[in-house]
Amino acid sequence: MHDRSSSGLHLLHDTDTSKTVSPQDLPFTVQGMTVAYHHKPVLWGVSYSAPKGCLTAIIGPNGAGKSTFLKAALGLIPKLSGDTKVFGAPIEKSLKRIAYVPQRSAVDWDFPATAIDVVLMGLYGQIGWFRWPSRKHRQKAMDCLKSVGMQDFANRQIGQLSGGQQQRVFLARALAQDSEVYLMDEPFAGVDAATEKAIVAVLRQLVADGKTVLVVHHDLETVRDYYSHILLLNGQHVADGPVETTFTAENLQKAYGGRLASTQLDGLSEASSA
Amino acid sequence: MEQFFAALTLSAGYNTALVCIGAALLGAASGAIGVFVLLRKRTLISDAVSHATLPGVALAFIIAQVYFDSGRSLPVLLFGAALSAGLGVLAVDWIKTHTRLTEDAAIGTVLSTFFAVGMVLLTIIQSMSIAGQAGLEGFLLGATSGMLKSEALTIAVAAALVGLAVVLRMKEFSLLCFDESFAAACGYNVRWLDRTLLLLLLGIVVIGLKTVGLVLIIALAIIPPVAARFWTDRVPVLVAIAAGIGASGSYIGAALSASAPNMPTGGLIVLVLFSFFVVSLLISPVRGILAAALKHYRFQRIVHLRQGLLAIAHDEPVLEPLTRSILRRGGFMGGDGQPTVKGQSEARLIERDQKLWNLYREMHPEESHALADWSLKPIGEVLPADTVRVLEQELSPHVVRGDETSRGGAA
Repeated sequence: MHDRSSSGLHLLHDTDTSKTVSPQDLPFTVQGMTVAYHHKPVLWGVSYSAPKGCLTAIIGPNGAGKSTFLKAALGLIPKLSGDTKVFGAPIEKSLKRIAYVPQRSAVDWDFPATAIDVVLMGLYGQIGWFRWPSRKHRQKAMDCLKSVGMQDFANRQIGQLSGGQQQRVFLARALAQDSEVYLMDEPFAGVDAATEKAIVAVLRQLVADGKTVLVVHHDLETVRDYYSHILLLNGQHVADGPVETTFTAENLQKAYGGRLASTQLDGLSEASSA
Repeated sequence: MEQFFAALTLSAGYNTALVCIGAALLGAASGAIGVFVLLRKRTLISDAVSHATLPGVALAFIIAQVYFDSGRSLPVLLFGAALSAGLGVLAVDWIKTHTRLTEDAAIGTVLSTFFAVGMVLLTIIQSMSIAGQAGLEGFLLGATSGMLKSEALTIAVAAALVGLAVVLRMKEFSLLCFDESFAAACGYNVRWLDRTLLLLLLGIVVIGLKTVGLVLIIALAIIPPVAARFWTDRVPVLVAIAAGIGASGSYIGAALSASAPNMPTGGLIVLVLFSFFVVSLLISPVRGILAAALKHYRFQRIVHLRQGLLAIAHDEPVLEPLTRSILRRGGFMGGDGQPTVKGQSEARLIERDQKLWNLYREMHPEESHALADWSLKPIGEVLPADTVRVLEQELSPHVVRGDETSRGGAA
């Protein structure tokens, strides 16, 4: 079970971590990460280590730097300080072991591509430069579409898919990458109920296969149902750990402040206090 | 006219043929690279690139003329063009990353400044009273008359190389244009890919300076992909069509120019390309405006007809004039505004169909969401027969069971 002793916060101060957990066993570790937009800090010295083989929600209020955390950890945006290790190695050398699902709104869906074209993009790294997707690659892409229930839409132009279907195509593309760590930026944003169910099923399958999954999540109501662990952010690291012990009214109050009504807090953390 | 056809069939002399083939290759390559410039939404920067070539051309001319007495050497001029265009791109990049100005502001500033420097230098050259300066204006608007064989050959080979590079990098460029952050997260060097794209574009601009001229060269990279976008929703097809449009437009334009040496080649090529654009815009069955208008007209008719019939079925008055006229034309409504017998019976059918559709949407919200034409067509034409049978049983179980008294369960 993951507890405080293996969390990143602890790692920072303890130089002798090899006794308890070897760095090679930590799938995704961020140390002292600080990010600012136009001289305004968005993340401040965040350290965190994702529990291996667990489904973790990254939660926090709007502007807490949840998406920024993933982007900066991946090196997609400049950071002032901090570094990311993937199974003990620097992230730049380990990108093949990571699959990233950006926010759906980050791309122009009028792009001339079909659903299977987008999934094939997840295989470009395996296909290599100067070569084209083979029948084998197309078959694999098709399998990934099938696992998100989108096989019937393989040849549909992506702009003609609904928001939920577009999100599933993104998920299928990440599946095609066959990675060990999955980082997802709000996969549940604006999707229909059926898609939400399908995505949860895929996330659970990934964890069952031993993958480590981190998901930026907005809906506090579903945290307890979907995830085993959380990382609570509010510009800074507030708390992380198993849902039962960390998803508490006290911690939520720390992250959200007055933005959550006390009745809401009571409802959310009921199970933990019981 | 005769001359034009002669040039078109490559029988107007070896030089003209070479110029036309060179222009076609140039058009194909610029159409191909243009696809990614368009998809990357960087058509503006391509304008900056082309205008930034002018000071380079002028400076190279002065230096070559003064020191080597060979101001008209094409490779030297093109080298100068490439150098100053590269400088222009770096300037835009620098302004964008080091200030809070947006890219379009940076482009506007750099473009006009470089062009101004170029124009001043051109005027200086004119006042220098040196020989061989006459050809320089050709760089503004393009001139193929009097092009040397070696020049035409250089253009053809360089264009072919750029085109090949685009095709070989197609996958990575697609990824870059669609989802930059995903590409970066996959380990691709996005900055470097972007630079490659601009470098290839710069190559096209420089190669095309002589044929099309720097004011219009960028049209060669923008119009073909924009026209091609009307025809397809796939990147490889888009590249092929854009290259085809670019090649044939440039070829025809160059042939026209060969038959009318006083006309600027660049202008002629761009006008031919524009005609391709207009035709695509109008008649493309995929994204053309005529097809879209026709589709919308049909769609509107179907919706109004169905809603009108549903109103009749519910004994509601039909007030919308368009609906009334559509009903009347179909013979569903008489001149007095009352439904005809045909209208009454059709209304019953549509009402039942609509009930099945509503039931289907209730039972399978996800699938029906994916269907484009729910409740627009009779349900039996869209859904498989067994699904429809299940829906019919749900709608009126008493009919199937033979139980006349019980009312249907599903709402």
